[in-house]
Amino acid sequence: MINIAEVAETNAMIERENLDVRTITMGISLLDCISDDRAKLEQRIYDRICTAAGDLVRTGEEISREFGVPIVNKRVSVTPMALIGGAACHTPEDFASLAQTLDRAGRQIGVNFIGGYSALVQKGETKADRLLIDSIPQALAETEVVCSSVNLGSTKTGIDMDAVRRMGWAIRETAIRTADRGCIGCAKLVVLCNAPDDNPFMAGAFHGVSEGDCVIHVGVSGPGVVKTALEQVRGADFETLCETIKRTAFKVTRVGQLVAREAAARLQVPFGIIDLSLAPTPAVGDSVAQILQEIGVEHPGAPGTTAALALLNDQVKKGGIMASSYVGGLSGAFIPVSEDAGMIDAVHAGALSLEKLEAMTCVCSVGLDMIAVPGDVSEETISGIIADEMAIGMVNSKTTAVRLIPAIGCGVGDTLEFGGLLGSAPVMEVNRFACDAFVNRGGRIPAPVHSFKN
Amino acid sequence: MEKKNQDRIIITVVGKDTVGIIARVCTYLAENGINILDISQTIVSGYFNMMMIVDIAEAKVDFDTFSGRLEEIGSGIGVVIRCQREAIFDSMHRI
Repeated sequence: MINIAEVAETNAMIERENLDVRTITMGISLLDCISDDRAKLEQRIYDRICTAAGDLVRTGEEISREFGVPIVNKRVSVTPMALIGGAACHTPEDFASLAQTLDRAGRQIGVNFIGGYSALVQKGETKADRLLIDSIPQALAETEVVCSSVNLGSTKTGIDMDAVRRMGWAIRETAIRTADRGCIGCAKLVVLCNAPDDNPFMAGAFHGVSEGDCVIHVGVSGPGVVKTALEQVRGADFETLCETIKRTAFKVTRVGQLVAREAAARLQVPFGIIDLSLAPTPAVGDSVAQILQEIGVEHPGAPGTTAALALLNDQVKKGGIMASSYVGGLSGAFIPVSEDAGMIDAVHAGALSLEKLEAMTCVCSVGLDMIAVPGDVSEETISGIIADEMAIGMVNSKTTAVRLIPAIGCGVGDTLEFGGLLGSAPVMEVNRFACDAFVNRGGRIPAPVHSFKN
Repeated sequence: MEKKNQDRIIITVVGKDTVGIIARVCTYLAENGINILDISQTIVSGYFNMMMIVDIAEAKVDFDTFSGRLEEIGSGIGVVIRCQREAIFDSMHRI
């Protein structure tokens, strides 16, 4: 029988160490909504989302109350819209109208975000993909809860550099169109390499075509729990350190597994995966950066940071995999800047640069995340940064992503305030040497040699 | 076993020690057909820490009603009372 010490331990994690389930995300296939009549398509999309996910928020809140564990976000991901809208949409404005339909449906059912305003162009773009990418700035300027993602490369296919160039434009244009709201549109726009089909985390969540009709994914979190556990083993050797992280990750993931099973049963939808991610929030004590500090670096960015992050990421996976029947999504440690108080401190202290963050993305999920760059950085430079990050993902057979926020009208030293879970982003310096001739070549970067495993 | 676990709730009471905390909680549980399976408590530097395992199979009220009422009883006597399904602790601490 459960004893009082175990109950106290769990409740201390919840009350003092920010243990939570970060998201319950319902993936919904919209493939059978396809029509060449846009009005009909939009009605079907709206109805499908409201029917499938109508009880999602209520069920999430019910589970949260009964188990006493916060479930921070309830979200929906849908089939990439470029696939769904291709037959009905003939202009970027047509696609932006679909984004508004998603937004209306998302707000109707009360979810925090709805992901899947997406295109998968890792090898090439269809006409629909191009129209969707062209529509992203308008779509994100006109909606509140819609998230957009574009997969630009994969280990199997290489990198579509034409799309990389266009996304440099799309990111900058989105920032310009939402400049009056702190360039918030860019916080809901991410580009990926090796994007998973079952990611529950925004902005990169979409419901892949390899998935079923409807599925429940759960993203766990708990940086504060790991940090508190590590406080107990200060000065101990790496074996002790790693065992402690693993044990903690196991416990955190078991809570996620329980919530996922419970949500799937109550909503009568199959359980998909648990995403084992250490996802920070701006709240005090909910920081991945502070775990790195507890491991032994003064600030993230100091020598040793990449190694510390590599071991953290690996131990989280080792502990979490044993605790869950299906693991997927991004699974690892997230290192967003604006959403992590310790990362923000490291930038202010001058310890953390964009280049060091790039190195860190080689050993963790996901990538250059929630980083504000000066507003006058060119779209070519943004494309160059994207290309570098995509190359890291392609060569290392891992997911990488870029979510940059060009801070229009701001320079280094300024801060963009988003509020809530998105936090605040100090504008970081970018290497200004030109890469225009590189990104403007056009075409594709071929798949790496180790992709040929047949 | 599954069914049994579904009906088991852990009630925790944390706060400054005063006379009659357990009495009030137990009275409410008895009135509403909730069976107590186990109680343990400690007092650490004047702070009362109690855990109860109860069975709600025969309860006359639903989870939200009794957990809400217990919370009110708790705030009336200056302690924090929370109810959670046992499964969360089982998941975390038992393989």
